[in-house]
Amino acid sequence: MEEDTVANAIQLFGNVSSFIRKFIFRILSVGPIPNHIAFIMDGNRRYAKKWNLDLRVGYKAGILALICMLKYCMELGLKYITIYAFSIDNFKRRPEEIQNVMDTMRDIIEGMLKEESSIVNQHGVRVYFIGNLRLLSEALRAAAEKAMNVTAKNDKAVLLVCLAYTSSNEITHAVQESCNDANRACHGGEKSEIKEEEEEEQYPIIKLVDVERQMYMAVAPDPDILIRSSGETRLSNFLLWQTTSCLLYFPKALWPELGLRHLVWAVLNFQRRHSYLEKKKKQS
Amino acid sequence: MLSLQFPLLQIINTLSSKPKLLSPNLHNAHLSSRINPHETTSKLPLRATAQDVAVNRTVAGAGSSAEEAVLPDGLRRELMPKHVAVIMDGNRRWAKVRGLPVRAGYEAGLRSLRGLVELCCKWGIRVLTVFAFSCDNWSRPKVEIDFLMSLFEKGVEEDLESFVREEIRISVIGDFSKLPKTLQELISDAEETTKNNSQLQLIVAVSYSGKYDIVQACQSIALKVKNSLIEPKDIDESLIEQELETNCTEFPYPDLLIRTSGELRVSNFLLWQLSYTELFFLQSLWPDFGEAEFLEALCSFQQRQRRYGGHGL
Repeated sequence: MEEDTVANAIQLFGNVSSFIRKFIFRILSVGPIPNHIAFIMDGNRRYAKKWNLDLRVGYKAGILALICMLKYCMELGLKYITIYAFSIDNFKRRPEEIQNVMDTMRDIIEGMLKEESSIVNQHGVRVYFIGNLRLLSEALRAAAEKAMNVTAKNDKAVLLVCLAYTSSNEITHAVQESCNDANRACHGGEKSEIKEEEEEEQYPIIKLVDVERQMYMAVAPDPDILIRSSGETRLSNFLLWQTTSCLLYFPKALWPELGLRHLVWAVLNFQRRHSYLEKKKKQS
Repeated sequence: MLSLQFPLLQIINTLSSKPKLLSPNLHNAHLSSRINPHETTSKLPLRATAQDVAVNRTVAGAGSSAEEAVLPDGLRRELMPKHVAVIMDGNRRWAKVRGLPVRAGYEAGLRSLRGLVELCCKWGIRVLTVFAFSCDNWSRPKVEIDFLMSLFEKGVEEDLESFVREEIRISVIGDFSKLPKTLQELISDAEETTKNNSQLQLIVAVSYSGKYDIVQACQSIALKVKNSLIEPKDIDESLIEQELETNCTEFPYPDLLIRTSGELRVSNFLLWQLSYTELFFLQSLWPDFGEAEFLEALCSFQQRQRRYGGHGL
Protein backbone atom coordinates (compact mmCIF):
# COMPACT_ATOMS: atom_id res chain seq x y z
CA MET A 1 0.00 0.00 0.00
CA GLU A 2 2.70 2.39 1.08
CA GLU A 3 4.86 1.28 -1.83
CA ASP A 4 1.99 2.05 -4.22
CA THR A 5 1.71 5.54 -2.75
CA VAL A 6 5.42 6.13 -3.16
CA ALA A 7 5.36 4.80 -6.73
CA ASN A 8 2.41 7.04 -7.55
CA ALA A 9 4.11 10.03 -6.03
CA ILE A 10 7.24 9.39 -8.07
CA GLN A 11 5.21 9.02 -11.24
CA LEU A 12 3.31 12.23 -10.53
CA PHE A 13 6.54 14.08 -9.88
CA GLY A 14 7.96 12.66 -13.11
CA ASN A 15 4.92 13.78 -15.08
CA VAL A 16 4.98 17.27 -13.59
CA SER A 17 8.73 17.62 -14.28
CA SER A 18 8.22 16.46 -17.82
CA PHE A 19 5.39 18.94 -18.31
CA ILE A 20 7.46 21.84 -16.95
CA ARG A 21 10.42 20.82 -19.09
CA LYS A 22 8.33 20.69 -22.27
CA PHE A 23 6.87 24.08 -21.39
CA ILE A 24 10.36 25.55 -20.99
CA PHE A 25 11.43 24.02 -24.32
CA ARG A 26 8.34 25.45 -26.00
CA ILE A 27 9.39 28.93 -24.85
CA LEU A 28 13.01 28.38 -25.95
CA SER A 29 11.78 27.25 -29.36
CA VAL A 30 10.53 30.77 -30.06
CA GLY A 31 14.18 31.61 -30.73
CA PRO A 32 16.74 29.72 -32.81
CA ILE A 33 17.54 26.24 -31.54
CA PRO A 34 21.06 24.86 -31.98
CA ASN A 35 21.47 22.00 -34.42
CA HIS A 36 24.45 20.35 -32.76
CA ILE A 37 25.80 20.35 -29.19
CA ALA A 38 29.06 18.71 -28.13
CA PHE A 39 29.76 17.61 -24.57
CA ILE A 40 33.00 17.01 -22.70
CA MET A 41 31.78 14.82 -19.87
CA ASP A 42 34.36 15.83 -17.29
CA GLY A 43 34.18 15.19 -13.56
CA ASN A 44 33.01 11.61 -13.06
CA ARG A 45 36.05 10.67 -11.03
CA ARG A 46 35.82 13.81 -8.92
CA TYR A 47 32.14 13.09 -8.36
CA ALA A 48 32.95 9.59 -7.09
CA LYS A 49 35.63 11.01 -4.78
CA LYS A 50 33.27 13.75 -3.52
CA TRP A 51 30.62 11.23 -2.50
CA ASN A 52 33.05 8.50 -1.39
CA LEU A 53 31.91 6.17 -4.12
CA ASP A 54 33.73 3.57 -6.11
CA LEU A 55 35.06 4.85 -9.44
CA ARG A 56 32.73 2.55 -11.37
CA VAL A 57 29.75 4.07 -9.60
CA GLY A 58 31.01 7.49 -10.63
CA TYR A 59 31.03 6.41 -14.28
CA LYS A 60 27.55 4.88 -13.92
CA ALA A 61 26.29 8.18 -12.52
CA GLY A 62 27.88 9.79 -15.56
CA ILE A 63 25.99 7.44 -17.88
CA LEU A 64 22.68 8.30 -16.20
CA ALA A 65 23.42 11.99 -16.59
CA LEU A 66 24.26 11.37 -20.24
CA ILE A 67 20.99 9.56 -20.91
CA CYS A 68 19.04 12.42 -19.30
CA MET A 69 20.96 15.02 -21.27
CA LEU A 70 20.44 13.14 -24.56
CA LYS A 71 16.73 12.93 -23.82
CA TYR A 72 16.53 16.68 -23.13
CA CYS A 73 18.50 17.49 -26.29
CA MET A 74 16.19 15.40 -28.44
CA GLU A 75 13.07 16.86 -26.83
CA LEU A 76 14.45 20.31 -27.57
CA GLY A 77 14.85 19.37 -31.22
CA LEU A 78 18.59 18.94 -31.61
CA LYS A 79 19.68 16.80 -34.51
CA TYR A 80 23.31 16.11 -33.60
CA ILE A 81 24.91 15.38 -30.24
CA THR A 82 28.61 14.63 -29.84
CA ILE A 83 30.21 13.28 -26.68
CA TYR A 84 33.86 12.93 -25.72
CA ALA A 85 33.89 9.44 -24.30
CA PHE A 86 37.59 8.58 -24.33
CA SER A 87 40.62 10.53 -25.47
CA ILE A 88 43.81 8.98 -26.84
CA ASP A 89 45.52 10.82 -23.98
CA ASN A 90 43.42 8.87 -21.49
CA PHE A 91 45.45 5.78 -22.33
CA LYS A 92 48.02 7.34 -19.96
CA ARG A 93 45.72 6.58 -17.01
CA ARG A 94 46.01 3.61 -14.70
CA PRO A 95 45.15 0.28 -16.39
CA GLU A 96 42.25 -0.48 -14.03
CA GLU A 97 40.74 2.91 -14.77
CA ILE A 98 41.05 2.39 -18.51
CA GLN A 99 39.47 -1.02 -18.08
CA ASN A 100 36.55 0.55 -16.18
CA VAL A 101 35.83 2.91 -19.02
CA MET A 102 36.20 0.21 -21.67
CA ASP A 103 33.84 -2.09 -19.74
CA THR A 104 31.31 0.73 -19.45
CA MET A 105 31.60 1.44 -23.18
CA ARG A 106 31.15 -2.23 -23.97
CA ASP A 107 27.96 -2.37 -21.85
CA ILE A 108 26.57 0.69 -23.61
CA ILE A 109 27.37 -0.66 -27.07
CA GLU A 110 25.85 -4.03 -26.27
CA GLY A 111 22.73 -2.18 -25.20
CA MET A 112 22.63 -0.47 -28.61
CA LEU A 113 22.89 -3.84 -30.36
CA LYS A 114 19.59 -5.09 -28.95
CA GLU A 115 17.70 -4.10 -32.07
CA GLU A 116 14.17 -3.59 -30.86
CA SER A 117 14.59 -2.67 -27.23
CA SER A 118 17.60 -0.36 -27.29
CA ILE A 119 17.01 3.29 -26.42
CA VAL A 120 18.77 4.52 -29.56
CA ASN A 121 16.59 2.42 -31.83
CA GLN A 122 13.41 3.38 -30.01
CA HIS A 123 14.20 7.06 -30.51
CA GLY A 124 15.55 6.71 -34.04
CA VAL A 125 19.11 7.72 -33.16
CA ARG A 126 21.91 6.88 -35.56
CA VAL A 127 25.24 6.27 -33.82
CA TYR A 128 28.74 6.99 -35.11
CA PHE A 129 31.94 6.08 -33.32
CA ILE A 130 34.51 8.72 -34.12
CA GLY A 131 38.22 8.27 -33.57
CA ASN A 132 41.15 6.01 -34.20
CA LEU A 133 39.23 2.79 -33.52
CA ARG A 134 42.32 0.71 -34.34
CA LEU A 135 43.62 1.67 -30.88
CA LEU A 136 40.75 -0.20 -29.23
CA SER A 137 40.60 -3.89 -28.50
CA GLU A 138 39.45 -6.08 -31.39
CA ALA A 139 36.22 -7.00 -29.58
CA LEU A 140 35.28 -3.41 -28.76
CA ARG A 141 36.02 -2.19 -32.27
CA ALA A 142 33.92 -4.97 -33.79
CA ALA A 143 31.06 -4.14 -31.41
CA ALA A 144 31.31 -0.44 -32.29
CA GLU A 145 31.19 -1.17 -36.02
CA LYS A 146 28.25 -3.49 -35.55
CA ALA A 147 26.40 -0.81 -33.57
CA MET A 148 27.00 1.67 -36.39
CA ASN A 149 25.52 -0.80 -38.86
CA VAL A 150 22.54 -1.67 -36.69
CA THR A 151 21.59 1.99 -36.23
CA ALA A 152 22.40 3.10 -39.77
CA LYS A 153 18.74 3.36 -40.83
CA ASN A 154 17.74 5.62 -37.92
CA ASP A 155 17.11 9.19 -38.96
CA LYS A 156 15.58 11.19 -36.12
CA ALA A 157 18.89 12.24 -34.56
CA VAL A 158 22.61 11.46 -34.67
CA LEU A 159 24.82 10.61 -31.72
CA LEU A 160 28.56 10.87 -32.31
CA VAL A 161 30.66 9.10 -29.70
CA CYS A 162 34.31 10.16 -29.75
CA LEU A 163 36.30 7.13 -28.71
CA ALA A 164 40.11 6.92 -28.90
CA TYR A 165 39.92 10.41 -30.33
CA THR A 166 41.99 13.55 -30.31
CA SER A 167 41.77 16.44 -32.72
CA SER A 168 45.50 16.21 -33.46
CA ASN A 169 45.04 12.60 -34.49
CA GLU A 170 42.00 13.48 -36.60
CA ILE A 171 43.75 16.37 -38.33
CA THR A 172 46.90 14.31 -38.92
CA HIS A 173 44.79 11.61 -40.53
CA ALA A 174 43.02 14.21 -42.69
CA VAL A 175 46.36 15.70 -43.78
CA GLN A 176 47.67 12.25 -44.62
CA GLU A 177 44.61 11.39 -46.71
CA SER A 178 44.70 14.78 -48.46
CA CYS A 179 48.36 14.24 -49.37
CA ASN A 180 47.55 10.74 -50.61
CA ASP A 181 44.75 12.09 -52.80
CA ALA A 182 46.94 14.90 -54.12
CA ASN A 183 49.73 12.43 -54.83
CA ARG A 184 47.39 10.10 -56.70
CA ALA A 185 45.91 12.96 -58.71
CA CYS A 186 49.39 14.16 -59.62
CA HIS A 187 50.69 10.79 -60.75
CA GLY A 188 47.42 9.57 -62.19
CA GLY A 189 47.33 12.34 -64.86
CA GLU A 190 48.70 11.77 -68.34
CA LYS A 191 52.41 12.22 -68.72
CA SER A 192 53.02 15.03 -71.15
CA GLU A 193 55.92 17.28 -71.94
CA ILE A 194 55.63 19.79 -69.18
CA LYS A 195 58.43 22.17 -68.28
CA GLU A 196 59.74 21.97 -64.73
CA GLU A 197 58.32 25.27 -63.52
CA GLU A 198 54.94 24.47 -65.04
CA GLU A 199 54.98 21.07 -63.39
CA GLU A 200 55.27 22.77 -60.02
CA GLU A 201 52.20 24.89 -60.78
CA GLN A 202 50.27 21.93 -62.12
CA TYR A 203 50.64 20.14 -58.79
CA PRO A 204 47.16 19.94 -57.18
CA ILE A 205 46.75 22.67 -54.63
CA ILE A 206 45.26 21.44 -51.37
CA LYS A 207 42.32 23.56 -50.30
CA LEU A 208 40.51 23.81 -47.02
CA VAL A 209 37.60 21.71 -48.32
CA ASP A 210 40.02 18.92 -49.27
CA VAL A 211 41.26 18.65 -45.69
CA GLU A 212 37.80 19.10 -44.20
CA ARG A 213 36.37 16.29 -46.29
CA GLN A 214 38.80 13.83 -44.70
CA MET A 215 37.90 14.64 -41.09
CA TYR A 216 36.27 11.85 -39.07
CA MET A 217 33.64 14.41 -38.03
CA ALA A 218 32.73 15.25 -41.64
CA VAL A 219 29.55 13.19 -41.12
CA ALA A 220 28.04 16.03 -39.07
CA PRO A 221 27.90 19.85 -39.25
CA ASP A 222 30.05 21.85 -36.83
CA PRO A 223 28.72 22.11 -33.27
CA ASP A 224 26.88 25.25 -32.27
CA ILE A 225 27.68 24.87 -28.59
CA LEU A 226 30.47 23.05 -26.75
CA ILE A 227 29.72 22.30 -23.10
CA ARG A 228 32.47 21.12 -20.76
CA SER A 229 31.42 20.26 -17.24
CA SER A 230 33.43 20.50 -14.01
CA GLY A 231 34.60 24.06 -14.56
CA GLU A 232 37.83 23.31 -16.44
CA THR A 233 38.18 25.88 -19.21
CA ARG A 234 40.15 24.11 -21.88
CA LEU A 235 39.40 22.07 -24.98
CA SER A 236 41.69 19.11 -24.23
CA ASN A 237 42.24 18.31 -27.90
CA PHE A 238 38.54 17.92 -28.67
CA LEU A 239 36.98 19.12 -31.94
CA LEU A 240 39.56 21.87 -32.40
CA TRP A 241 38.82 22.09 -36.14
CA GLN A 242 35.06 22.06 -35.69
CA THR A 243 34.71 24.56 -32.82
CA THR A 244 36.40 27.60 -34.38
CA SER A 245 33.28 29.72 -34.09
CA CYS A 246 31.35 27.61 -31.61
CA LEU A 247 29.97 29.00 -28.36
CA LEU A 248 31.98 27.64 -25.43
CA TYR A 249 30.29 27.04 -22.08
CA PHE A 250 32.08 25.81 -18.97
CA PRO A 251 29.65 25.20 -16.10
CA LYS A 252 31.27 24.37 -12.77
CA ALA A 253 28.99 21.39 -12.10
CA LEU A 254 30.63 17.96 -12.38
CA TRP A 255 29.26 15.84 -15.23
CA PRO A 256 26.87 13.68 -13.13
CA GLU A 257 25.50 16.94 -11.63
CA LEU A 258 24.81 18.57 -14.99
CA GLY A 259 21.11 19.16 -15.53
CA LEU A 260 18.37 20.88 -17.43
CA ARG A 261 19.22 24.35 -16.13
CA HIS A 262 22.70 24.16 -17.68
CA LEU A 263 21.31 23.15 -21.04
CA VAL A 264 18.73 25.96 -20.92
CA TRP A 265 21.41 28.50 -19.98
CA ALA A 266 23.65 27.34 -22.84
CA VAL A 267 20.80 27.61 -25.36
CA LEU A 268 19.85 31.09 -24.10
CA ASN A 269 23.45 32.26 -24.55
CA PHE A 270 23.47 30.72 -28.02
CA GLN A 271 20.29 32.59 -28.94
CA ARG A 272 21.72 35.89 -27.71
CA ARG A 273 24.71 35.63 -30.05
CA HIS A 274 23.02 33.86 -32.93
CA SER A 275 21.94 36.84 -35.03
CA TYR A 276 25.41 38.46 -34.76
CA LEU A 277 27.14 35.22 -35.79
CA GLU A 278 24.77 34.66 -38.70
CA LYS A 279 25.53 38.18 -39.94
CA LYS A 280 29.27 37.47 -39.73
CA LYS A 281 28.89 34.18 -41.63
CA LYS A 282 27.07 35.99 -44.45
CA GLN A 283 29.80 38.64 -44.64
CA SER A 284 32.65 36.13 -44.96
CA MET B 1 39.32 42.74 -32.41
CA LEU B 2 42.44 44.89 -32.45
CA SER B 3 43.95 45.17 -35.90
CA LEU B 4 46.97 47.20 -34.94
CA GLN B 5 49.90 46.50 -32.76
CA PHE B 6 51.95 49.67 -32.82
CA PRO B 7 51.51 53.15 -31.32
CA LEU B 8 50.96 56.45 -33.08
CA LEU B 9 53.54 59.23 -33.25
CA GLN B 10 52.50 60.95 -30.03
CA ILE B 11 52.92 57.79 -27.98
CA ILE B 12 56.47 57.24 -29.28
CA ASN B 13 57.79 59.71 -26.70
CA THR B 14 56.90 57.34 -23.91
CA LEU B 15 59.12 54.66 -25.40
CA SER B 16 62.33 56.53 -24.81
CA SER B 17 61.91 56.52 -21.03
CA LYS B 18 62.81 53.57 -18.80
CA PRO B 19 60.33 50.71 -18.68
CA LYS B 20 57.63 51.83 -16.30
CA LEU B 21 54.40 50.53 -14.91
CA LEU B 22 51.21 50.85 -16.82
CA SER B 23 49.32 54.12 -16.63
CA PRO B 24 45.73 53.81 -15.45
CA ASN B 25 43.37 52.79 -18.18
CA LEU B 26 39.76 53.75 -18.41
CA HIS B 27 38.00 51.45 -16.03
CA ASN B 28 34.60 50.08 -16.83
CA ALA B 29 32.12 48.80 -14.33
CA HIS B 30 32.20 45.24 -15.56
CA LEU B 31 35.58 44.21 -14.24
CA SER B 32 35.26 41.01 -12.28
CA SER B 33 36.63 40.03 -8.87
CA ARG B 34 39.71 41.41 -7.18
CA ILE B 35 43.01 40.16 -8.42
CA ASN B 36 45.52 40.48 -5.63
CA PRO B 37 44.37 38.27 -2.73
CA HIS B 38 46.51 40.28 -0.34
CA GLU B 39 44.94 43.60 -1.29
CA THR B 40 42.76 44.82 1.56
CA THR B 41 41.27 48.00 0.09
CA SER B 42 38.13 47.79 -1.99
CA LYS B 43 39.68 49.61 -4.96
CA LEU B 44 41.55 47.66 -7.56
CA PRO B 45 45.19 48.76 -7.78
CA LEU B 46 45.60 50.38 -11.16
CA ARG B 47 49.16 51.41 -10.59
CA ALA B 48 51.30 49.42 -8.18
CA THR B 49 53.87 51.42 -6.29
CA ALA B 50 57.23 50.27 -5.03
CA GLN B 51 55.73 49.57 -1.59
CA ASP B 52 52.93 47.41 -2.99
CA VAL B 53 54.95 45.20 -5.24
CA ALA B 54 56.69 42.37 -3.42
CA VAL B 55 59.93 41.70 -5.11
CA ASN B 56 60.34 38.07 -6.03
CA ARG B 57 63.86 37.73 -7.22
CA THR B 58 65.56 34.53 -8.18
CA VAL B 59 68.77 33.82 -9.98
CA ALA B 60 68.11 33.26 -13.66
CA GLY B 61 68.55 29.63 -14.69
CA ALA B 62 70.44 28.34 -17.68
CA GLY B 63 68.87 29.28 -20.98
CA SER B 64 66.61 32.06 -19.61
CA SER B 65 67.12 35.81 -19.73
CA ALA B 66 69.90 37.22 -17.60
CA GLU B 67 67.47 39.83 -16.16
CA GLU B 68 65.71 38.97 -12.92
CA ALA B 69 61.93 38.98 -13.40
CA VAL B 70 60.05 40.89 -10.73
CA LEU B 71 56.65 39.36 -10.02
CA PRO B 72 53.83 41.00 -8.08
CA ASP B 73 52.52 39.51 -4.88
CA GLY B 74 50.27 36.52 -5.46
CA LEU B 75 52.07 35.07 -8.47
CA ARG B 76 54.36 32.09 -8.20
CA ARG B 77 57.38 32.05 -10.45
CA GLU B 78 57.34 28.32 -11.12
CA LEU B 79 53.73 28.51 -12.34
CA MET B 80 54.17 31.39 -14.78
CA PRO B 81 53.08 30.55 -18.32
CA LYS B 82 55.80 30.55 -20.95
CA HIS B 83 53.50 31.48 -23.80
CA VAL B 84 50.45 33.71 -23.50
CA ALA B 85 48.05 34.26 -26.38
CA VAL B 86 45.53 37.08 -26.53
CA ILE B 87 42.44 37.78 -28.64
CA MET B 88 42.22 41.56 -28.43
CA ASP B 89 38.49 41.94 -28.86
CA GLY B 90 36.24 44.93 -28.19
CA ASN B 91 37.95 48.03 -29.62
CA ARG B 92 35.08 49.05 -31.83
CA ARG B 93 32.55 48.46 -29.09
CA TRP B 94 34.67 50.54 -26.71
CA ALA B 95 34.63 53.44 -29.16
CA LYS B 96 30.91 53.06 -29.86
CA VAL B 97 30.01 53.11 -26.16
CA ARG B 98 31.88 56.41 -25.83
CA GLY B 99 30.51 57.94 -29.01
CA LEU B 100 33.98 58.02 -30.52
CA PRO B 101 35.03 57.04 -34.07
CA VAL B 102 36.28 53.48 -34.55
CA ARG B 103 39.87 54.59 -35.00
CA ALA B 104 39.87 55.94 -31.45
CA GLY B 105 39.07 52.43 -30.29
CA TYR B 106 42.02 51.01 -32.17
CA GLU B 107 44.35 53.66 -30.76
CA ALA B 108 43.18 52.88 -27.24
CA GLY B 109 43.66 49.21 -27.98
CA LEU B 110 47.23 49.99 -28.96
CA ARG B 111 47.94 51.44 -25.57
CA SER B 112 46.67 48.25 -23.95
CA LEU B 113 48.86 46.14 -26.18
CA ARG B 114 51.94 48.20 -25.42
CA GLY B 115 51.18 47.86 -21.74
CA LEU B 116 50.84 44.11 -22.07
CA VAL B 117 54.14 43.81 -23.95
CA GLU B 118 55.82 45.77 -21.16
CA LEU B 119 54.32 43.50 -18.50
CA CYS B 120 55.35 40.37 -20.35
CA CYS B 121 58.93 41.64 -20.56
CA LYS B 122 58.88 42.54 -16.89
CA TRP B 123 57.35 39.28 -15.67
CA GLY B 124 59.49 36.94 -17.72
CA ILE B 125 56.95 35.64 -20.19
CA ARG B 126 58.83 34.25 -23.16
CA VAL B 127 56.26 34.39 -25.96
CA LEU B 128 53.23 36.61 -26.49
CA THR B 129 50.97 35.92 -29.44
CA VAL B 130 48.31 38.45 -30.33
CA PHE B 131 45.45 38.11 -32.77
CA ALA B 132 45.69 41.38 -34.63
CA PHE B 133 43.77 40.68 -37.82
CA SER B 134 41.83 37.59 -38.77
CA CYS B 135 41.19 36.22 -42.28
CA ASP B 136 37.51 36.92 -41.53
CA ASN B 137 38.26 40.60 -40.90
CA TRP B 138 38.88 41.19 -44.63
CA SER B 139 35.11 41.51 -44.97
CA ARG B 140 35.12 44.74 -42.94
CA PRO B 141 34.57 48.11 -44.70
CA LYS B 142 37.42 49.03 -47.06
CA VAL B 143 37.93 52.39 -45.37
CA GLU B 144 38.57 50.66 -42.06
CA ILE B 145 40.95 48.12 -43.58
CA ASP B 146 42.94 50.81 -45.43
CA PHE B 147 43.23 52.80 -42.23
CA LEU B 148 44.46 49.75 -40.36
CA MET B 149 47.04 48.83 -42.98
CA SER B 150 48.46 52.34 -42.97
CA LEU B 151 48.58 52.28 -39.18
CA PHE B 152 50.37 48.94 -39.29
CA GLU B 153 53.00 50.42 -41.57
CA LYS B 154 53.48 53.52 -39.50
CA GLY B 155 53.69 51.44 -36.35
CA VAL B 156 56.29 49.00 -37.67
CA GLU B 157 58.46 51.88 -38.85
CA GLU B 158 58.27 53.80 -35.62
CA ASP B 159 58.41 50.99 -33.07
CA LEU B 160 61.31 49.01 -34.49
CA GLU B 161 63.88 51.01 -32.56
CA SER B 162 62.25 50.28 -29.22
CA PHE B 163 62.02 46.58 -30.03
CA VAL B 164 65.74 46.53 -30.70
CA ARG B 165 66.41 48.36 -27.46
CA GLU B 166 64.06 46.19 -25.37
CA GLU B 167 65.37 42.99 -26.99
CA ILE B 168 61.97 42.04 -28.30
CA ARG B 169 61.86 39.71 -31.26
CA ILE B 170 58.98 40.32 -33.61
CA SER B 171 57.46 37.57 -35.77
CA VAL B 172 54.41 37.91 -37.95
CA ILE B 173 52.28 34.94 -38.96
CA GLY B 174 49.44 34.77 -41.45
CA ASP B 175 48.61 34.94 -45.12
CA PHE B 176 50.73 37.86 -46.30
CA SER B 177 49.54 37.70 -49.90
CA LYS B 178 46.66 40.07 -49.17
CA LEU B 179 48.76 42.69 -47.36
CA PRO B 180 50.11 45.76 -49.20
CA LYS B 181 53.59 45.16 -50.64
CA THR B 182 55.13 47.97 -48.63
CA LEU B 183 53.84 46.42 -45.40
CA GLN B 184 55.16 43.01 -46.39
CA GLU B 185 58.64 44.50 -46.90
CA LEU B 186 58.52 46.36 -43.60
CA ILE B 187 57.54 43.18 -41.79
CA SER B 188 60.39 41.21 -43.37
CA ASP B 189 62.87 43.90 -42.38
CA ALA B 190 61.58 44.05 -38.82
CA GLU B 191 61.74 40.27 -38.47
CA GLU B 192 65.28 40.20 -39.81
CA THR B 193 66.44 43.05 -37.60
CA THR B 194 65.05 41.58 -34.41
CA LYS B 195 65.63 37.89 -35.07
CA ASN B 196 68.36 37.52 -32.47
CA ASN B 197 66.50 39.23 -29.63
CA SER B 198 65.62 37.00 -26.73
CA GLN B 199 63.84 38.94 -23.97
CA LEU B 200 60.39 38.37 -25.41
CA GLN B 201 59.07 37.02 -28.70
CA LEU B 202 56.05 38.95 -29.88
CA ILE B 203 54.11 37.00 -32.49
CA VAL B 204 51.53 39.04 -34.31
CA ALA B 205 48.89 37.13 -36.21
CA VAL B 206 47.86 39.21 -39.21
CA SER B 207 45.50 37.89 -41.90
CA TYR B 208 45.64 34.63 -39.97
CA SER B 209 43.30 31.78 -39.23
CA GLY B 210 43.95 28.46 -37.53
CA LYS B 211 42.43 26.51 -40.40
CA TYR B 212 44.53 28.40 -42.94
CA ASP B 213 47.64 27.52 -40.90
CA ILE B 214 46.84 23.81 -41.03
CA VAL B 215 46.00 23.89 -44.73
CA GLN B 216 49.27 25.63 -45.61
CA ALA B 217 51.13 23.05 -43.48
CA CYS B 218 49.31 20.33 -45.40
CA GLN B 219 50.30 21.98 -48.69
CA SER B 220 53.99 22.08 -47.63
CA ILE B 221 53.86 18.44 -46.60
CA ALA B 222 52.16 17.47 -49.88
CA LEU B 223 54.98 19.17 -51.78
CA LYS B 224 57.55 17.20 -49.77
CA VAL B 225 55.67 13.99 -50.56
CA LYS B 226 55.61 14.92 -54.24
CA ASN B 227 59.36 15.53 -54.15
CA SER B 228 59.82 12.15 -52.45
CA LEU B 229 61.33 13.74 -49.34
CA ILE B 230 58.82 11.90 -47.14
CA GLU B 231 56.28 9.11 -47.50
CA PRO B 232 52.59 9.74 -46.71
CA LYS B 233 52.79 7.13 -43.97
CA ASP B 234 55.50 9.21 -42.24
CA ILE B 235 53.11 12.09 -41.71
CA ASP B 236 52.59 12.43 -37.98
CA GLU B 237 51.70 15.08 -35.41
CA SER B 238 55.23 16.35 -34.93
CA LEU B 239 55.69 16.82 -38.68
CA ILE B 240 52.56 18.95 -38.84
CA GLU B 241 53.74 20.93 -35.83
CA GLN B 242 57.00 21.70 -37.63
CA GLU B 243 55.17 22.97 -40.70
CA LEU B 244 52.77 25.27 -38.88
CA GLU B 245 53.56 28.98 -38.89
CA THR B 246 54.28 28.86 -35.16
CA ASN B 247 57.48 26.96 -35.97
CA CYS B 248 59.14 30.37 -35.58
CA THR B 249 59.17 29.87 -31.83
CA GLU B 250 60.57 27.41 -29.30
CA PHE B 251 57.19 27.39 -27.48
CA PRO B 252 54.44 27.08 -30.10
CA TYR B 253 51.72 25.96 -27.69
CA PRO B 254 50.18 28.75 -25.60
CA ASP B 255 49.75 27.91 -21.92
CA LEU B 256 47.09 30.58 -21.51
CA LEU B 257 44.66 32.21 -23.93
CA ILE B 258 42.94 35.43 -22.87
CA ARG B 259 39.95 36.78 -24.76
CA THR B 260 38.40 40.11 -23.83
CA SER B 261 34.92 41.56 -24.42
CA GLY B 262 33.01 38.60 -23.07
CA GLU B 263 32.80 36.59 -26.29
CA LEU B 264 33.02 32.87 -25.49
CA ARG B 265 34.66 31.43 -28.59
CA VAL B 266 38.06 30.94 -30.18
CA SER B 267 37.20 32.51 -33.58
CA ASN B 268 39.65 30.47 -35.65
CA PHE B 269 42.75 31.52 -33.74
CA LEU B 270 45.62 29.05 -33.27
CA LEU B 271 43.54 25.96 -33.80
CA TRP B 272 46.09 23.13 -33.45
CA GLN B 273 48.14 24.97 -30.88
CA LEU B 274 45.25 25.46 -28.43
CA SER B 275 44.78 21.76 -27.73
CA TYR B 276 45.67 22.01 -24.03
CA THR B 277 45.67 25.76 -23.53
CA GLU B 278 43.88 27.13 -20.50
CA LEU B 279 41.22 29.54 -21.69
CA PHE B 280 40.35 32.71 -19.82
CA PHE B 281 37.46 34.96 -20.79
CA LEU B 282 37.08 38.53 -19.55
CA GLN B 283 34.09 40.82 -19.76
CA SER B 284 36.33 43.90 -20.13
CA LEU B 285 36.80 45.36 -23.59
CA TRP B 286 40.36 45.25 -24.92
CA PRO B 287 41.16 48.97 -24.44
CA ASP B 288 40.30 48.52 -20.75
CA PHE B 289 42.69 45.59 -20.35
CA GLY B 290 45.49 46.48 -18.00
CA GLU B 291 47.75 45.13 -15.29
CA ALA B 292 44.82 44.27 -13.02
CA GLU B 293 43.12 42.15 -15.67
CA PHE B 294 46.36 40.43 -16.64
CA LEU B 295 47.04 39.61 -13.00
CA GLU B 296 43.55 38.16 -12.69
CA ALA B 297 44.14 35.93 -15.71
CA LEU B 298 47.52 34.78 -14.42
CA CYS B 299 46.21 34.05 -10.93
CA SER B 300 43.39 32.01 -12.41
CA PHE B 301 45.89 30.16 -14.59
CA GLN B 302 48.13 29.36 -11.64
CA GLN B 303 45.25 27.77 -9.75
CA ARG B 304 44.42 25.31 -12.50
CA GLN B 305 45.28 21.64 -12.49
CA ARG B 306 46.61 20.68 -15.89
CA ARG B 307 46.28 16.94 -16.41
CA TYR B 308 46.66 16.54 -20.21
CA GLY B 309 44.19 13.63 -20.11
CA GLY B 310 46.25 11.67 -17.62
CA HIS B 311 46.14 10.95 -13.88
CA GLY B 312 44.99 13.15 -11.04
CA LEU B 313 41.50 14.05 -9.88
